[in-house]
Amino acid sequence: MDFFLQLLVNGLMVGALYALVALGFVLIYKATDAINFAQGELVMIGGFIVAVLLGSYGFPLVVAVAGTIVAMIVLAFGVERMILRPLIGRPVIAVIMATIGLASILKGIGPLLFRAETKNVPLPIPDAPLFVSGLLISPIQIVAVAISLIFLALFGSFFLRSRIGIAMRAVADSQQVAMAMGISVERYFALAWAMAGIVSAIGGIIWGNLLGVDVHLSLVGLKVFPVVILGGLDSILGAVVGGLIVGGVESVAAGYIDPYVGGGTKDFIPYLLMIVILMIRPYGLFGKEIIERV
Amino acid sequence: MINRECGVLKTSYEADMALYPIPLARSTVLGIAIIVFLPFPVLANDYLLSVANLVNIAILGALGLNILTGYTGQVSLGHGAFMSVGAYTAAILATRYHLPFWLALAAGGVMAAAVGSFFGIPSLRIKGLYLAIATLAGQFIIEWSLNHITWISGGIQSSIYVPRPALGGYVINTQRGMYYLILIVVSLGIVAAMNLFRTRVGRAFVAIRDHDVAAEIIGINIFRYKLLSFAISSFYAGVTGVLYTYYLGIANYEQFTIVTSVNFLAMIIIGGLGSILGSIFGAAFITLLPILLRYVVEGIGGLFFTISDVAGVLTNLQLILFGGLIIFFLIVEPDGLKKLWRNITDYFRVWPFPY
Repeated sequence: MDFFLQLLVNGLMVGALYALVALGFVLIYKATDAINFAQGELVMIGGFIVAVLLGSYGFPLVVAVAGTIVAMIVLAFGVERMILRPLIGRPVIAVIMATIGLASILKGIGPLLFRAETKNVPLPIPDAPLFVSGLLISPIQIVAVAISLIFLALFGSFFLRSRIGIAMRAVADSQQVAMAMGISVERYFALAWAMAGIVSAIGGIIWGNLLGVDVHLSLVGLKVFPVVILGGLDSILGAVVGGLIVGGVESVAAGYIDPYVGGGTKDFIPYLLMIVILMIRPYGLFGKEIIERV
Repeated sequence: MINRECGVLKTSYEADMALYPIPLARSTVLGIAIIVFLPFPVLANDYLLSVANLVNIAILGALGLNILTGYTGQVSLGHGAFMSVGAYTAAILATRYHLPFWLALAAGGVMAAAVGSFFGIPSLRIKGLYLAIATLAGQFIIEWSLNHITWISGGIQSSIYVPRPALGGYVINTQRGMYYLILIVVSLGIVAAMNLFRTRVGRAFVAIRDHDVAAEIIGINIFRYKLLSFAISSFYAGVTGVLYTYYLGIANYEQFTIVTSVNFLAMIIIGGLGSILGSIFGAAFITLLPILLRYVVEGIGGLFFTISDVAGVLTNLQLILFGGLIIFFLIVEPDGLKKLWRNITDYFRVWPFPY
C-alpha cells in the first residue's frame, strides 16, 4: 500500500508539471482553435533561454526569469504573426502540419543557437526530499504544483471576470460574431499566443530544472495530447485535472508493469488511456460538447 | 503522337475518366518507363541505385498516405507504425516460418491493413484533430508493443535480420536486383492507385473528403469506406515497410518512429494532397533533400570548419529546412509541387499564346 501511495503521489506531482505544459496548449486552442504540436518545443526553447541566462551570463534569478518570459512572448508573437495568421480558415491538417513544421524548426534552432550539450537550470530550491507521513516528496514538485494551481486560479478568473478574458472567450466561441461586436480577433489571437508563451517559459524553467535542458526536453510535449484530450481541449481546469490523472495513472502503471516488460510503460499508458477516452467521450471531462455528425 | 490538345475538349464521362487523357500521355509514360527500366539501372552506380531505391520506397508510402489523407481526408500520424507492422510481420514470417519473399511481402501488407483498419475505427466517431491524435496514439502503442513484447521483436534491440529476398530460387543480393524488385512493386502500386480513383470505391473516398454529410446522403456508407481507405492505405504502408526492411536487411522499429510518420505527411503536403503525381514528387523531394543538403553543407562548411562541427550543424540545419519548407508550402503553395508542375505544363501547353 505504501508502494502504491508513493507511486500515486509521485505521479500526481509529475502530473501537475504536465498540466503546466498542457495549459499552454489549451490557451491557444481555446482562443484560436489552432492545434499546437510544438508545445513541447516551446517549453524546450524556454528552458534553453533560462539556462543560458542563468548559467552562461550569470544573471540573477529574477532577471533571468523575467528575460525568459519576455523572450518567449516575443517568440510566440512572431509564431502567431508569421505562421498561424496566414493559415486562418484553412483545414485542420494545414494547421497541424504547420505546427509540426514549427516544432522541427525549433528543434533545429535550439541546439544551434544555445549549443547542444545538456545544461542545468539552477533554482534556489533545496534538492533534499521532504518526508510527509512516510512519503517522499521533492520540493521542486511542490513548487510546480503551487505554480500550476496559481495559474489555474489566475487564468480561471481572468477568463471569467476580466474584460479581455471575456472577449477571448467570445472570439473562441464565434469569430464572426466577435468581429461584429467590435472585438479585434487578430489582437486576441496574438494575446493568446503571448499567454501560451508565458506558460511555456515557466514550464521550461521548471522542467529544465528537473531534467536538464537539451533537445530531449521537447519530449514533454508528447504528454500534452493525452492530458488535453482527457481534460477537454478547451478547458483550463481540464488541463490541470487531466494532467493529474495522466501523471497518477502512468506512475502507478509503470510501477507495477515496468518490471515485467522492461520499462517504457510511461510512454505508452497515457496514449492507451487517451484512445479509450476518445472512444467514450471525445470532448474530454470538462471540454465543450460539440455535437456533430461524423 | 506528340501533339498536345489545346483545351478541355472532352465530351463524355469516359473521356474524362480515361487513364491517358491525351495520346501524348501514353508516349510520355512509355518513355519514362523505358528510362527507369533500362538505361538508368544499367548505367547508374550502386550509390545512385541505393538512393533511387529509397526514393521508390518512399513513393509507395507517400501514395498510401495520400490515399487516406489526400483523397479521403482522414489525417494519419501513425503511418510509420503501420509500416513497422508490415516490416515485422514479413521479418517474422521469413525468418521463423521460412516463407518465400513474395508471400511475406503480401502478408506484411495484409497485416498492416488489418492493424491500420483497427486504428481507423475511431474515425467512426471522431475526425480532424481528434483523429490525428488517435492515430498518434496508434503510433506510440504499436512502437511500444514492438519494442517490449519479446515474441515480436525477438529480444536484442528489437531487430530481426532478414535473409536476402529470393524469387523462384534466384537470390537478389545486389542493389541493381533490389532496384528492379522495388521498381516493379512501386509501378504496380502507382497503377493500382491511379485506377482506384477511376472506380466506385475511389470516387466514394473523394466524396467523403469533399463533404461527408453529402456523401452519406447520396448513399455512401461512410464508416465502411473510411475503414476501407484506412485498410488500403495501410496495405501500401505495410508493403513499404517490407520493402524497406529487405532493402536494409534488418527490421528495426527505430526506422518507423513518429519522425517517419511526419516525414510522409510532409511528402504529401509538399508534393500535393490528393494527387498521384504529387506523391511521387513529394517522396522524391523529401528523400533527396537531406542528401543534397549534406553535399552542399559539407562542400561549403568543410572549407571553414572541421568535419565534426559540420556534422553537428548539419542535422539541425536539416530540421530547420524541413520545417521551414513545410510551412513555406502550406502558406505559399498549398497545392504543392504538383501545382507548380501543372503551372509549367499549362504554360507550355498553349505556348506561344498566353492562354
